[in-house]
Amino acid sequence: MGWLERFFPYILAGISVGGQYALIAIGYTMVYGILRLINFAHGDIFTVAGFFMVYMNATMPLYLSIPLTIILTVILGFAVERAAYKPLRDAPRMSIMISAIGVSYLLQNLMWYVTGGLAKQYPTIPWISSSVTVWVATTKIVTLVTPVLTILLVVLLQQLINHTKIGMAMRAVSRDFETAKLMGIQINRVISVSFIIGSFLAAVGSLLYFSNYATVTPTVGAMPGLKAFVAAVFGGIGSIPGAMIGAFLIGISENLIKALGYSTFSDAFTFALLIFVLLAKPTGLFGEKTIDKV
Amino acid sequence: MKENKISWFIGLVLLALMFVGLYALEKALPPSTMLFTILKKGVIYALIAVSMNLLNGFTGLFSLGQAGFMVIGAYTYAILTIPVNMRAMIYQYYDGGVVQFALPAIVGLLCAGLVAAFFAFLVGLPVLRLKSDYLAIATLGFAEIIRAFIQYEGLGPLTNGSNLLRRFPSFTGILYPFAAVAICVAVIVLLIHSTYGRALKAIRDDETAAEAMGINLFFHKQFSFVTSSFFAGIGGALLAMYQGSIQAATFKSAMTYEILLIVVIGGMGSITGSIIASFLFVASSEWWLRFLDNEMFIGAFKMPLLRSGFRMVVFSVIIMAVVLLYRRGIMGDKEFNLRRITQHLTGKKGVRHDG
Repeated sequence: MGWLERFFPYILAGISVGGQYALIAIGYTMVYGILRLINFAHGDIFTVAGFFMVYMNATMPLYLSIPLTIILTVILGFAVERAAYKPLRDAPRMSIMISAIGVSYLLQNLMWYVTGGLAKQYPTIPWISSSVTVWVATTKIVTLVTPVLTILLVVLLQQLINHTKIGMAMRAVSRDFETAKLMGIQINRVISVSFIIGSFLAAVGSLLYFSNYATVTPTVGAMPGLKAFVAAVFGGIGSIPGAMIGAFLIGISENLIKALGYSTFSDAFTFALLIFVLLAKPTGLFGEKTIDKV
Repeated sequence: MKENKISWFIGLVLLALMFVGLYALEKALPPSTMLFTILKKGVIYALIAVSMNLLNGFTGLFSLGQAGFMVIGAYTYAILTIPVNMRAMIYQYYDGGVVQFALPAIVGLLCAGLVAAFFAFLVGLPVLRLKSDYLAIATLGFAEIIRAFIQYEGLGPLTNGSNLLRRFPSFTGILYPFAAVAICVAVIVLLIHSTYGRALKAIRDDETAAEAMGINLFFHKQFSFVTSSFFAGIGGALLAMYQGSIQAATFKSAMTYEILLIVVIGGMGSITGSIIASFLFVASSEWWLRFLDNEMFIGAFKMPLLRSGFRMVVFSVIIMAVVLLYRRGIMGDKEFNLRRITQHLTGKKGVRHDG
């Protein structure tokens, strides 16, 4: 049983980081499902949430700073959509993706400006930052909280999407944008809601992620952001449970690669997996089949 | 096509004049002038932007792999041209490395392009079957994979792992990069005006229609991808020469984004647009907006907001404004054209000669 003991801490870390990717990935998959846009700025919104917490916590107690961080992140996500994506609704898909890249560039430079480019210490949130020993691994409680919270949020989100009016509208829009519009669905409202949900989950993800990693820098979110997108593609873009499963798989395999001593390739592996999935099964594990008509 | 010949001739004369002007500039000003830094970096970025425009603007393939091919070019150049007696010092962790010869700089440059093109060929085989945003994310992924391999310890004797590569031959004046880039861009322009170029534009405008007209989609996409990467490789090598030292860690996806933004600012599908935008981009990010990074006092009043990093914020706001409000960029898909300008100025409307 030697190998299991050796790998157990890594698997545990993988499940935790997978949960954090999952929370980001849902934002990607919802936006992609509706707008067919890879929201390159999503990873940066996640990072900004980290900085919100850093600055907020310096002046106010936790019970204020955590909800405020989440609210501000949601407002940011909403504002980005209104300012940078809405004016391009009728433009080619390439333009809107370029706009997303521009927003990402802007947010990163803005964070650099505000922080002076230095890494900031993330506040320790009591209880979830304290250590705990599980079998052979010592870890923070946040590692155990993350997967539970992730699954809980995904279940809630599924309820929202399957059993509410706005959820039905979202499903309709992601199925057929034009027809949904003609049926009187308020497209802009649906899009805003999906950005709000995405940003909310990214804020929660950032609370968990940075509690684990302790420092925030302006570019730290770029990689988790891309990986979360890969997770969304892997699970089948547009499918929320798919994104979650994809994220857990990526988190675990990435940490196993680290365990084997190939840390250099942990990022590369994710992308290799992405390319493999795109070529072998472009709709992902749980994606819907789409047929392009001329 | 007499007029076409005349315009080519005028183009060549202008190019020659530009080189004479650059030569005079180099003689007149001290070499440490900021202008030279801008010109050198600008012209290298121009090549890379044009190479990306060939792919994104002319073929309509949304690829985000440029940084990956640049890093291949830069490393190929460095590995092949570091003088033999320097290798022991640079590859100190890898017993002097495996490569124990040095090629002349110009051969190294060419190899940089060829190796990048070869990898592009391999990457293109699977990836070019994908469409639009999936292609973008897959090429982005490949660029990251390439970077990871270069930094891999196991390849250390070849790539020096994650350590710096330096002491490879470089250029001193501004004529060298300008000449190299002028040749490369000229080749790209000729290519765009050839039947291949027309086929690429046809693919961009309507893939299905192009295929129905008998254009071999995969061949032409692959052709565009390999050519673009060839020049991105040379651009990467020139960038290495300009910087004097390279490290794989700096060739991140952020670099690709920057070049993409240059292409967008210049106008998708406009070579001259990309070139103008490159110089504007480099000049404003490195030079014209520098003052925003320094604290400034007017009398006793301290200007608010000015401090390190503000330059880039202003800069990215400008870029967002272009992306949102000025969507077609500086040039749209038009080229800078003397005849059209004179016609515009004299108010005469001539017959349009396109292509």
